[in-house]
Amino acid sequence: MTSPRTFFLTLVALLVLCFGLGANLQPKFQSFENARHQSDNFFSLLLGDSSRMFANSFFIKADAYYHSGYYPTIFDNNEAFKTPHVAEDTGAVNSKNQGEETSFMGPPRDWIDAFGRHFIPNRHTHLDEGGATDDLSTSDNVREILPWLKLSARLDPDDIQTYTVTAFWLRRMHKEKEAEQVLREGLRNNPQSYEILFELGRLYKESYDDTGRARNVWELAARYWFNLSPDDQKENRLILEQITTNLGQLETDAGNWPQAMNWLRLAQKISLTPDALQEQIDGIKWKMSEQPSPLFLISGGAFY
Amino acid sequence: MRNIFAVAGIVIKELYRRKDFYVLFILTVLVCLIMASVNIFNDKQIVRYLKELCLLLIWVSSLVIAITTTARQIPAEREQRTLLPLLAKPLTRTQLIFGKFLGCWLACGLVLLCFYIFFGALAASRDHAWPLLNYFQAALLHWFALGVVVALALLGSLVFAAPSSNSTICFVIVATSLTVGRYLDTVALSQAEPFRSVLYAVYFAFPHLEWAFGMRNLIIHDWPLVDWGFAVLLILYLLAYTAAFLVAACLVFRRKPVN
Repeated sequence: MTSPRTFFLTLVALLVLCFGLGANLQPKFQSFENARHQSDNFFSLLLGDSSRMFANSFFIKADAYYHSGYYPTIFDNNEAFKTPHVAEDTGAVNSKNQGEETSFMGPPRDWIDAFGRHFIPNRHTHLDEGGATDDLSTSDNVREILPWLKLSARLDPDDIQTYTVTAFWLRRMHKEKEAEQVLREGLRNNPQSYEILFELGRLYKESYDDTGRARNVWELAARYWFNLSPDDQKENRLILEQITTNLGQLETDAGNWPQAMNWLRLAQKISLTPDALQEQIDGIKWKMSEQPSPLFLISGGAFY
Repeated sequence: MRNIFAVAGIVIKELYRRKDFYVLFILTVLVCLIMASVNIFNDKQIVRYLKELCLLLIWVSSLVIAITTTARQIPAEREQRTLLPLLAKPLTRTQLIFGKFLGCWLACGLVLLCFYIFFGALAASRDHAWPLLNYFQAALLHWFALGVVVALALLGSLVFAAPSSNSTICFVIVATSLTVGRYLDTVALSQAEPFRSVLYAVYFAFPHLEWAFGMRNLIIHDWPLVDWGFAVLLILYLLAYTAAFLVAACLVFRRKPVN
């Protein structure tokens, strides 16, 4: 017969064991839950890190569609296609392309190669310039690249370029709402991306004509850019130049001359064409000198 | 000629009794319809990714049907012991080979007809255009390319012991031709002798099926029709390879014991 004391002590020991096990397992369970939330993307879960490789392939596929299938393979000279043209044409990417993009195939190697070229796309075209049919009436019609860009973004949610490129072309197709959704999704996955913020600012300014929000977004983008390490700053100067130039233009249009001058001077420091910016700054200075002083306005136009 | 058509008729009947085509066709339709139902930025006119997927499935399905149907023709006759009674009738070995070839090739043609009609309907549902001549040209070149594959598989069925090994080897040869056939000379340049010369020889001797396969890109991206002169030249080129493989098959079969 077990005494009540032994029974009580066993109960206490079991409770202590339960508490200890709970304290031990809780953090492990929490970290497991976090890991599960991080990989809620189906493709990441299925493919792991290799999903990035596939994402890049699909981005290239989008570029191949942009060229209506006229695209170099690994056996061709791809010097002129190092930076996908679909990204290069957005104007927000440093181009690494060299060489002639229209003749990457070179002269035919033999009669087999020469004959085979009749059965593949053999002319350099861009979808926004009419594509294979040269029909310029559909020049803003680059919809065919979108499935691949969407798939690429799904496979690698951290690739910022995919969001900015997708949003740019959606904007060109007058799909502002969808472009904003893409950029918002990009920001959720990459909260401090100045590139996405810059593109979002362009959307507000150029599509919605909302200068207030564009200013806020671009200023935030500039702030994030300045948080970069010096090496990263050196590599990403083009985007800062674009942010500051756009901010300078926006302030000029709004009549905020001092702010406009500040942004343009900042742009001038990193720009490859500082003379053009100097002209803009001179123009602002001239406008400032032309602007009547408050005393002039009070006196009704007559100086004493 | 009547004997050849009689054998061909039996092969075609066999194809529509088997389930291969139905399964592949339904699978192609299902995959394409599922992909078509995906919403891509609320744009209902995006079609090229669908065309690419559909044409790829058509090529894969047609190759599977062509190779597997052809590869089992003569081994099956031998296994079922019907080859000897068949040849005891007024039917020569050459006629049997040509009949089998014609049957498989025509069966592939019927298969392609179904697939391309579906492809045309799918593309038209989004594109609102019917470039029928382009589709016809692509399907025609596809069919003649399948002629080479059928002849090759028929030759393989006489050379290799089992249909499975024959099918595998045919798939490897065709896949190589479709993917790297165009670049074998470039690959050869980076190799040392004697491998370089061997690769060069293969490059020139190999049937370049990738020309017909490349028509996919022209169809997908709405390129204009290929000059019919070049298309006819390609058909003649493919017919020459088909004839070469068939002659080789006849020569091998002539010396082959049938029992």
